[in-house]
Amino acid sequence: MPKTRVGVFVCHCGNNIGGVVRVPEVVEYARTLPNVACVEDNLYTCSEEGLSSIREQIAEHGLNRVVVASCTPRTHEPLFREACEQAGLNKYLFEFVNIREHCSWVHMHDPAMATQKAKELVRMGVAKARFLEPQEEFESSVFPAALVIGGGVAGMTAALGLANQGIQVHLVERDQELGGLIREVRTLFPAGQATEEVLQPLAEQVRNHRQITVHLGSEVEDVGGFIGDFDVAVKADGQVNNLKVGAVIVATGAEELKPTGLYRYSELGNVVTQLEFEERFKRGADVPRDVVIINCVGARIPERTYCGRFCCTTAIKNAIWIKEREPEASVFVLHRDVMAYGVQIEESYRRAMELGVRFLRYDPENPPQILGDGRAEAVRVQHQLMGKEIVLPAELVVLTTPLVARDDNPRLSKMLKVPLGGEGFFLEAHLKLRPIEFSTDGVYVCGSARYPANIPESVSQAYASAAKASIPIREGVVRAEAITALCDERTCSACGNCVEVCPFGAVELQEGRFGRTAQVNPAQCKGCGCCVAACPSGAMQQSGFNDRQLLSMIGALAEEMTGGVGE
Amino acid sequence: MASESSDEGGNGYEPKILVFACNWCSYAGADLAGVSRLQMPANCRIIRVMCSGRVRPEFVVTALSKGLDGVLVLGCHPGECHYSEGNYFTRRRGLLLKNLLQFVGIEPERFQVRWVSASEGAKFADTVEQVTEQIRALGPNRPQGGMHSTEPGDR
Repeated sequence: MPKTRVGVFVCHCGNNIGGVVRVPEVVEYARTLPNVACVEDNLYTCSEEGLSSIREQIAEHGLNRVVVASCTPRTHEPLFREACEQAGLNKYLFEFVNIREHCSWVHMHDPAMATQKAKELVRMGVAKARFLEPQEEFESSVFPAALVIGGGVAGMTAALGLANQGIQVHLVERDQELGGLIREVRTLFPAGQATEEVLQPLAEQVRNHRQITVHLGSEVEDVGGFIGDFDVAVKADGQVNNLKVGAVIVATGAEELKPTGLYRYSELGNVVTQLEFEERFKRGADVPRDVVIINCVGARIPERTYCGRFCCTTAIKNAIWIKEREPEASVFVLHRDVMAYGVQIEESYRRAMELGVRFLRYDPENPPQILGDGRAEAVRVQHQLMGKEIVLPAELVVLTTPLVARDDNPRLSKMLKVPLGGEGFFLEAHLKLRPIEFSTDGVYVCGSARYPANIPESVSQAYASAAKASIPIREGVVRAEAITALCDERTCSACGNCVEVCPFGAVELQEGRFGRTAQVNPAQCKGCGCCVAACPSGAMQQSGFNDRQLLSMIGALAEEMTGGVGE
Repeated sequence: MASESSDEGGNGYEPKILVFACNWCSYAGADLAGVSRLQMPANCRIIRVMCSGRVRPEFVVTALSKGLDGVLVLGCHPGECHYSEGNYFTRRRGLLLKNLLQFVGIEPERFQVRWVSASEGAKFADTVEQVTEQIRALGPNRPQGGMHSTEPGDR
């Protein structure tokens, strides 16, 4: 057997790791570890430069194990494994050490401790890597259908994106109608086009597509299984319908914040949100003469730190709408900053000012006051340029609030085993590189379920998620990670503990060459390793997580303590 | 805060804690804590396993007998296991193991089982903080000789 030769690559991740962990010290330390044949540091190991360096070092030093100390295997393991494979090294001879999420980012104020921890994590990783073995992957088939949860613009677009490739789609919508939140909006930015003109043709295409089954008035009750083989229970009118799909797209959108307690909302009838304003004029109410719009209500505050992204656009759109119908109306927009990004929004901002809409900045420390008894009559605000308080007459006060995550998100997140961020929106696998995917394979996200998204953004995210979801479906097979359990028949005593604990019925006692022993069916094994922990003789092992590998990590961590020497 | 030495002695002892985190919930929760830049004590070292149900009691005993100060096993919340029921085994096994540790003279508090989901970055950080402080309060683990478990490679 060839000598074990481990290559260690320590990533600076720009300043993300290197700004806290003293990477050169970790590199020097790694050189002292047994079986380590080469160590280098990279500014970004995941860059093409870093990856080609891994490939080169494998060839130059005859490496047969590779350890990368950088970020998290949940996002970057496939990339480094691929680099190993390209250099002719079985990808299961790669080991990941997380010194960013679990180290530099959480110990930013203690470089000494963080460096010490990084060294120990590298030592543990090298210890495990020495016992890694090459593995072959098992292929399983993908059920050629997809589930899209949510029938708004994002969900409908994603469904069409899949269906137009010939993939069968189940579109589940909670309401009795397709369209989502945007149905409540009267006209669309920037052309003032009626919402139905955009929405109706889209919904029509979805309803008439023979590859799409629309489940209206329905909710997803339960999701089980894995990429390629999800079992979904959809409930409508108390009836549960069981579906089988290969991939899932989350397009459940968001809802408008109802700012109870702010600016006397819900106390005064003429203080309304932007969506309520839309609703009023859909019903044909008279256009008011004095309107004050207040932006950033319930947004960019300590409890809700994010910017609603298109609230400013909404305020501009509705201010223009009023001025076009009632040129004499006085329309004030009280804002903290106007986020008129991009060409069209900036142009509309200018047009609103030309039409006579007045934009006034307010100080969040000294916010506008709504005056009036029983109904809002005026708004008092500190005019920052004049340096004095002014009183604006108000027939109607419109509060611009951000979209907020749906209450239902935690339930869905648990079912799909995907995370939510601090604000309750679905959290993508990677902010920059995997914006519509989750770490859980086969589940994707688009639209405002992830973060407030306007129509063009929702549409492009929907295209992206449909493209991503179609990859496993069109390939027809997914290769399961080779981390399944395996029984050593020579030491198995056929006690059957493993059969008892396996949640998937993947282990059976069968007659074989060594008499009656446990046998694992790799097609059914999902690689949890429960049977391994239950095995009293150590006959059952899990590839990539066997006892020898894990005990060597524990040993490597304890080494220093038993020696009693610091570093 | 920025103590230059992590060794025993000096201005206090820094416990060393081994953490097993399941890939689907707790490891992701730890990642989220990182992404959220939640600061926490640097005493924990995570070993990723696919499921908390993979953690053989022998691992815990080995770690403590080799002088690590604590072992924390993290899994998905009951009812939310990626593999349906792996964390139930962890829970049952954990209770028995605590009894065993007491029997062999190791403070059972040195071994803890907690649930952290993929969205609970803050809970991960709090758990690390709490468990670190609890184990710090116990003082250094000084295992009695003679109960070393199998060395890696014996199998």
